[in-house]
Amino acid sequence: MDGLLTAAFLSSLLTGAIVAGIPILLAGLGEQMSEKAGVLNIGIEGMMIFGAYLGFLTAWSTESLWLGFLGGMVGGMVVAGLMVLLCVRLGLNQIVIGIGLTLGAEGLTSLLHHFQFSRTYPRLPAPDRLDLAILTDIPVIGPSLFARHPIVYLALISVIVLTWAYKRTNLGLTLRAAGEKPAALDVSGGNVVRIRTVAVLFTGAMAGLGGAYMANIAAGLFIPFMTGGAGFIGIVLAMLARGHPLWVLIGALIFGVALSLTTALQVAGSNVPTDVIQMLPFAAVMLVLVIWGRKARLPAALGLSYERGAR
Amino acid sequence: MNDRATTSLTSPLANGGEAVGLVNVTKRFPGVVAVDDVSLGIRSGEVHVLLGENGAGKSTIVGMLAGLQLPDEGHLTVGGRPVRLMSPDESLGAGINTVFQHVMLVPTLTVFENLVLGDAWWRRPPRAKIKRRIIELQREFGLKVPLDAITGDLSLGEQQQIEIARALLRDSHVLILDEATSMLTPQGADELGERMRRLAERGLAVVFITHKLSEAYRFGDRISVLKQGCLAGEIDRAMLSQMSEKQAVDEMVRLMFGTSDTAAPMVRPSRDLGQVRLCVTKLATAGAAEEMALSDVSFEVSSGEILGIAGIDGNGQKQMAEALAGQRPVIAGAVELEGRDITFASVGMRRNLGLRYLTDDRLMEGSVGMFSVSDNTVLKEIGVPPYWTYGVERPLKISAHARGLIDRFSVHTPSETTPIGHLSGGNIQKVLLGRELSGEARVVVFNKPTYGLDMQNIAASRARIHKIAEDGMAVLLISTDLDELIELADRIAVIDRGRVCSILKNDPSRPSEMRTDIGRLMVGEAPAEAVA
Amino acid sequence: MSVSGTQETQSTKESANGPLGEARHVRFLFLTIGPIIAALITSGLVLVAFGINPITYYTFVMQKGLFSGLGLEQTLTRMAPLLFLAAGLIVSFRAGIWNLGIDGQFLLGAVASAALAPALLGVVQGWLMLLLGFALAALVGAIWSILPALLRAYQGVNEIITTLMMTFLGVSLANVLVKLIFLDPDTTVPQTRTLPVVDRLPRLFDTTISSGLIWALGAVLLVHLVMTRTAFGLKLRTVGANPLAAAHAGLSVPRLTTAVFALSAGFAGLAGASEILGVNGNVPADWNPAYGLMVIPLVFLARFHGVGSIVLVFFYSALLIGSESAARRVGVPQDFTLVLVATLLIFLGLAEWLDHRRRKGSG
Repeated sequence: MDGLLTAAFLSSLLTGAIVAGIPILLAGLGEQMSEKAGVLNIGIEGMMIFGAYLGFLTAWSTESLWLGFLGGMVGGMVVAGLMVLLCVRLGLNQIVIGIGLTLGAEGLTSLLHHFQFSRTYPRLPAPDRLDLAILTDIPVIGPSLFARHPIVYLALISVIVLTWAYKRTNLGLTLRAAGEKPAALDVSGGNVVRIRTVAVLFTGAMAGLGGAYMANIAAGLFIPFMTGGAGFIGIVLAMLARGHPLWVLIGALIFGVALSLTTALQVAGSNVPTDVIQMLPFAAVMLVLVIWGRKARLPAALGLSYERGAR
Repeated sequence: MNDRATTSLTSPLANGGEAVGLVNVTKRFPGVVAVDDVSLGIRSGEVHVLLGENGAGKSTIVGMLAGLQLPDEGHLTVGGRPVRLMSPDESLGAGINTVFQHVMLVPTLTVFENLVLGDAWWRRPPRAKIKRRIIELQREFGLKVPLDAITGDLSLGEQQQIEIARALLRDSHVLILDEATSMLTPQGADELGERMRRLAERGLAVVFITHKLSEAYRFGDRISVLKQGCLAGEIDRAMLSQMSEKQAVDEMVRLMFGTSDTAAPMVRPSRDLGQVRLCVTKLATAGAAEEMALSDVSFEVSSGEILGIAGIDGNGQKQMAEALAGQRPVIAGAVELEGRDITFASVGMRRNLGLRYLTDDRLMEGSVGMFSVSDNTVLKEIGVPPYWTYGVERPLKISAHARGLIDRFSVHTPSETTPIGHLSGGNIQKVLLGRELSGEARVVVFNKPTYGLDMQNIAASRARIHKIAEDGMAVLLISTDLDELIELADRIAVIDRGRVCSILKNDPSRPSEMRTDIGRLMVGEAPAEAVA
Repeated sequence: MSVSGTQETQSTKESANGPLGEARHVRFLFLTIGPIIAALITSGLVLVAFGINPITYYTFVMQKGLFSGLGLEQTLTRMAPLLFLAAGLIVSFRAGIWNLGIDGQFLLGAVASAALAPALLGVVQGWLMLLLGFALAALVGAIWSILPALLRAYQGVNEIITTLMMTFLGVSLANVLVKLIFLDPDTTVPQTRTLPVVDRLPRLFDTTISSGLIWALGAVLLVHLVMTRTAFGLKLRTVGANPLAAAHAGLSVPRLTTAVFALSAGFAGLAGASEILGVNGNVPADWNPAYGLMVIPLVFLARFHGVGSIVLVFFYSALLIGSESAARRVGVPQDFTLVLVATLLIFLGLAEWLDHRRRKGSG
């Protein structure tokens, strides 16, 4: 274990944590908005994988990573659009449709990959990094934390932006009303269907972006099922975060560290099996649920579809 | 979209002009015509009462004025011009504000947040402006609006004031109050009547929906009577000002039911009381964030007696019923059923010993909507022979039992296999009553048994409750309807903030005195006379 | 629970006729066969977009899965674990519980039986060894659901997150058990000790079909009967339909909830055992067929009905077997079945919604 505190280990741990944590962060932030508005978005895993695929395809064909991210957001929003149509507008069961969308997106992208890339397995070139000048000179953590692709910083900034928007504008109110008591919002002149549409599309965009990050930055290629449950983890984080984006960030970091611990340990030459390490974050979540589960106050109307003037 | 938080309350319409109207409006729902060719006009500067019993069409009209529904035929007018109100947003934009029967505030938001709800989500709430406006309104109308309180922590009466404040913050021409007094004490209702008058004097058109005749007389300038979806008649300002309360009530009853039998207090033959069957001593339960805690509840009910429990909704009635039935754990005190201590007995055990509980929430708690009527009749006896043997169902026995019940209680249902959710409220009530009375019932606890039923079913239910008591049952009647309690109960207790403070002897021949006495107790004042 | 989010379409003993007075049968067809056909067509169009002839594909799949002797036997064998899972899901869904942890419970049950059976070889009689293997698998599966069960029953914690987390944990734990504790030292490939073919669940007659199928069929039918004809089943259905009414009726909702989790997870464990003791004989490292998520739409389509589930699982198994072969011969990956099942689920929801609208509109 003496290799543990070396610069190499810590550096690789941090880098890995960010690379693993950013998609989870984006998924969690996106899901949080849906859940605030009362929509339990189980299809987020499908939005991520579709965003990963479309993001990779766009980046590879246009040779621009930024367009790739845009493509990823579009991909996520396409799946989200289906969710809006079926669940928000028609009122179908959110959980069942969510499972359906996830399965469908995973299957479809697997097929697409097979027919397009399975012979060639194209890769994207290594991404640029944005060097934050002096900060990168800090020993050990400098290069890991402060020399990343700009999208990482955007993701972190979005935490601040969302916190501000929820607290300072009517966005937070409208979402919470839609999630707690949609009828009250409706008769006040708000529009429950509209705000839920906005929320779910936002989730799609964020999830798609997260997927695109995984494909374009983290891996540099697309593999079917590559999201590996990141979307589901995002759901859990959103449920535990009690409406504060900051908690989503903290949770994502913890998961990122745990997930990257396996590779970092291998770098340090340790022998702890990866599967045990992989259990840690999930075990941590269960622990949190056992201790604080009762207090995870979820919006009262979460998962229930809303129909104006329903008799 | 309007800027909701405007500061003026001026009505652009001349006083007495028509603010809002219905022209030949018809609205249908599957299987029923809720509103049938109704035309009426609401004028500014007046309190216009829409009177009718449950099911007469009042809520549907409110729904259309509030933008929740569109008329199938005919149209609405605002300021004389025809309009289509496609959403609550458009209704608010036309200056129509509605305070619904059930509170439409989000309990987890603060009062301030609820006031600004509905504004565009990208805007910032104009806090300073609203604060100023609220101070004005508080002065002018005596409203209590604690801006930073969590809405769910306030009482229902206080929440109603906030809804009125919210309506006044907007550019209102019309204020609609739907059954607004159902959650208030008699004094609270009077205060509301005062407020409505003041608002009307300021030029607002106030629409007050109610099924209570005396309130219609006392608070209204003009009364429109609805009967089964049609406009049965109107009592205008001139007529009303010349009538006494009794005359007006007679006329209202005539329009509502076509006879001139007034709601004279029914004098029921007195019953002999037998032994004490239910004895409750210093009962207490734990409270929670949104639930009243019971403390020091004591009373007795004898065979053949109806003990009424009066009180404003939300003062512990539900908790008391649940504690008696075994659905809520007790932290102190005791409950005895015919001498036997059942304080810690399970729901099933109490039921077997004869304590029955008819809940107020017929569909959400009392029955399972998608199960058949048959299954619902045996819902509290799952696994019990003869309906089940060794755990296996005997469908024939269950249907036979259900058919017998349907017969005895005159339940209108296509068959015993119909899902109970398809039945009307009154028929569901009959099934539940039949279920609770089957077997050896000794004590029956009723919680708001006639809530939401139409006049006919209400009368039938009350007759039945009386008959059960006559047959020797001990009855605990929890109700927010004072008329009902005065009509049926032998003694009336009042529950206030989880305590049963005093028990009065009922005298149905002097209803208004009883009202006053009970009303006083409901707000915690001492009664005028010695208690039983 | 229903896909369309309404309460009405959950079948009561007598569902009403459609608004035009058409027979129940027409409505039943519309709600069950309709989505299947729509899903086949839509997925077929996806194949067309990739340049594959859907008719060719479907006929190939049906041939390999149903109409060839060996294929049919494989299909029937594959049904066993899926049927056990379906039994578990029927219990769970009828009681209103989302047990999304079945994949984790399945794996741990499989590992448990894979570890126990070879160890008992020669120590006890063959049938006893198999019996104990199944019993342990069911127990392990049930134990794996205790935490989500208690959290939901007594703390009201949403079981979707807890069961999902337990699945992730379960998959990793199964791997740890296989690689570290039950590793077979005699093989190069990391896996548990293999149970010899002769000691596994006997085959049916002269075929290659595992007799696990019989037990699995029995499980589904038993669950169906219990849920529809017994007091226990009615209690569970009451809790699922309306927990408030259940409490009002004197049922102990927490205890029944815990029982539902245990039963559902127990069946998932049995599914794992049947796969090992009947077919594979061992658990390789990193093995996770993830059958659970796929059975969910089938159970929904069958409206939680026992026989309906059996029929749908049969056709789905045929699809799985056929598409495995098609992946090699026709060049369409097996993941196509995901697309098919997903569209099926969505069309099911739409059909229910249409039905609900029509019935509401005419009262």
